[in-house]
Amino acid sequence: MKRSVIRVLVGLALAVAVMGGTVAHAAVELNMYYPVAVGGPITKVIDDMIAEFEKANPDIKVKAVYAGNYDDTRVKALAAVKANQPVQLSVLFSIDVFELIDQDVIVPFDDFATSAEDKQWLASFYPALMANSIVKGKTWGIPFQRSTIVLYHNKDIFKEVGLDPNKPPATWDEMVAAAQKLTKKDASGNVTRWGVQIPSTGYAYWMFQALCIQNGQELMNQDGNKTNFDHPDVVEALQFWRDLAAKHKVMPDGTIDWGTLRQKFLEGATAMMWHTTGNLTAVKEGAKFDFGVSMLPAKKRRGSPTGGGNFYIFKKASPEERKAALKFIKFMTAPELTARWSIATGYVATRPDAYRTPTLEKYVAEFPAAAVARDQFQYAVAEFATHENARNKKFLDDAIQSVVTGAKPPKEALTAAQQQAERVLKDYR
Amino acid sequence: MKLDRRTARLVYGWLWLLPAAVLMAAFTHYPIVGGLVSSFFSTPRQGRLSRFVGLDNYAVMIADPVFWQVLRNNFLYAMGTIPVSVCLALLMAMWVNRKFRGRAVVRTAYFTPTILPMIAVANIWLFFYTPQIGLLDKICSFFGIPGHSWLGDPSTALACMVVLAIWKDAGFFMIFYLAALQGISPEFEEAALIEGAGRWYFFRRVTLPLLMPTTLFVMVNATINSFKLVDHIFILTKGGPDNASSLLLYYIYEVAFGFWDTAYASTLTVVLLLILGALAITQFKYIEKRVHYQ
Repeated sequence: MKRSVIRVLVGLALAVAVMGGTVAHAAVELNMYYPVAVGGPITKVIDDMIAEFEKANPDIKVKAVYAGNYDDTRVKALAAVKANQPVQLSVLFSIDVFELIDQDVIVPFDDFATSAEDKQWLASFYPALMANSIVKGKTWGIPFQRSTIVLYHNKDIFKEVGLDPNKPPATWDEMVAAAQKLTKKDASGNVTRWGVQIPSTGYAYWMFQALCIQNGQELMNQDGNKTNFDHPDVVEALQFWRDLAAKHKVMPDGTIDWGTLRQKFLEGATAMMWHTTGNLTAVKEGAKFDFGVSMLPAKKRRGSPTGGGNFYIFKKASPEERKAALKFIKFMTAPELTARWSIATGYVATRPDAYRTPTLEKYVAEFPAAAVARDQFQYAVAEFATHENARNKKFLDDAIQSVVTGAKPPKEALTAAQQQAERVLKDYR
Repeated sequence: MKLDRRTARLVYGWLWLLPAAVLMAAFTHYPIVGGLVSSFFSTPRQGRLSRFVGLDNYAVMIADPVFWQVLRNNFLYAMGTIPVSVCLALLMAMWVNRKFRGRAVVRTAYFTPTILPMIAVANIWLFFYTPQIGLLDKICSFFGIPGHSWLGDPSTALACMVVLAIWKDAGFFMIFYLAALQGISPEFEEAALIEGAGRWYFFRRVTLPLLMPTTLFVMVNATINSFKLVDHIFILTKGGPDNASSLLLYYIYEVAFGFWDTAYASTLTVVLLLILGALAITQFKYIEKRVHYQ
């Protein structure tokens, strides 16, 4: 079994090498990996956009491979780069930037995007979105599928329990009060509908970062070599998350799955949910009820981390391929395409001028929810990014999960996570 | 140069072995040795080269609570899946070995989980386990049992994996038992009938011993599966909550490709190899004694 797999792989490798050889004569061929972390037919949208690019640029072929979620895609892209597979660019997690620099696999755009027009293009994105792209004064990533966390609420249920459907909670206290009203139990006391749900798998650290920002504390420093997991405000934020289930009984006990939460919201099993704006279109298509989208509630302040994926160009790409990749990325992030991408997914349009295109202007006028994530930019901060990010993220995720499942108190879990992160990060100062 | 007959035969024989030997060496033996060697070195990072660190990685491993937890999880997972799936496989095989209407349908139904890819299976089960809207909770709520976050609770997450693995594996093992049962000559049964042996007695003293080679094979496979099949974890829990459903191989994957700490991943891999090696030797040495090949 094992051996036959190897034979197939060897055969495939040969076949790919032969095909690659023949195509290279005809045009520049670009290979990229990209992740999908939200619902809806995203792969088709991407394929269509690429087809459009190839039509306009017949000398460049782009092969885009869907590679799973953000972590899976990083694994596949890095493995391909290390195995000398031809991969010139990818859409990867914005927060992997330190890891990618440390591994010496990406190039800063400043190195080859040098014309005046290029520079103008680099400056055209929302500064909040560039916070995770700029390291040591250079731009390493171009915002593409970017988001903030927003609060989705089911207006029909709000009406049913006598809450104003057009006034979603704006503070933590209001959210708890509303959630208590929205939680519904059956005759035997079992909960049939929860007030609010914050997902704690997949991107638990991301949701938690929002709570921490709202409580006035960031989780890491700008250089990505120091974390603040054991800060009292951070502990307090995690206590609040736990309390939603343990004390206020408005959220289910245990971890809440990232992937299935949207479905639960659509089926009315939860009246409110925190989720990425990248899911907006999938919710809009799937909702059989009236729903609203708003900024996350505030404690000391409002706030959400930005999130999502950036375009990166790999060091191994030849100068010719880098040029072609740049052309492709510029095409994909042009205002009109950005506008259409935002409509197709719900991701924020990454640049102000995209919101001034007639396409998006009309859409936002009809569906104001589409602009909420953008409006939240004024409160947004960079997403959690450190050196050896995957590892530190896991320390934090494990701590969060051990708390929301009631296994450990917040202070104990976060102090342990801080110690672990400290051991990893002290080498980077 | 002329070879004598003996040498020629030897060369001829080795030439036949060569392709397989090269593949084995390149894809099995070399990686094992390479893994062992790199477990004594540090992971290169940020321009710092890999250097010899002796047993440091092993010291880190001993001090790593996650390592001990995944080891314990793996042990529980194996203990949960192997006996049940093997017994279930035997039961199902006995059942579909008899003649009855709709036998083909039942056989197919039992075998279906096996032909589905693990990823597809995990996606189906994800919606069984999903709280509130999942099948399991729907059934529970019908009987007035409160809903539960099956995958989100550390005390049930691993059990969820076990149930899925049993469901997936039992049908596969059933095929082997079925083949073995059909290989048992009906004369035994006739002879036993004449001698007045009861069905249970016949099963215990004739069928079961005759099935021992199959049982050994199935046990070895089940054990290996419980260590090497982790696809469902990617879909269902990613090892969470707080590593409650993580298994050794999944942790190795995380360390190797998530954290890109290749040295530590090699160290964990060496341990995995040692465990599997020890298990294989034990099973072949001790169970083999009780196996009668016909």
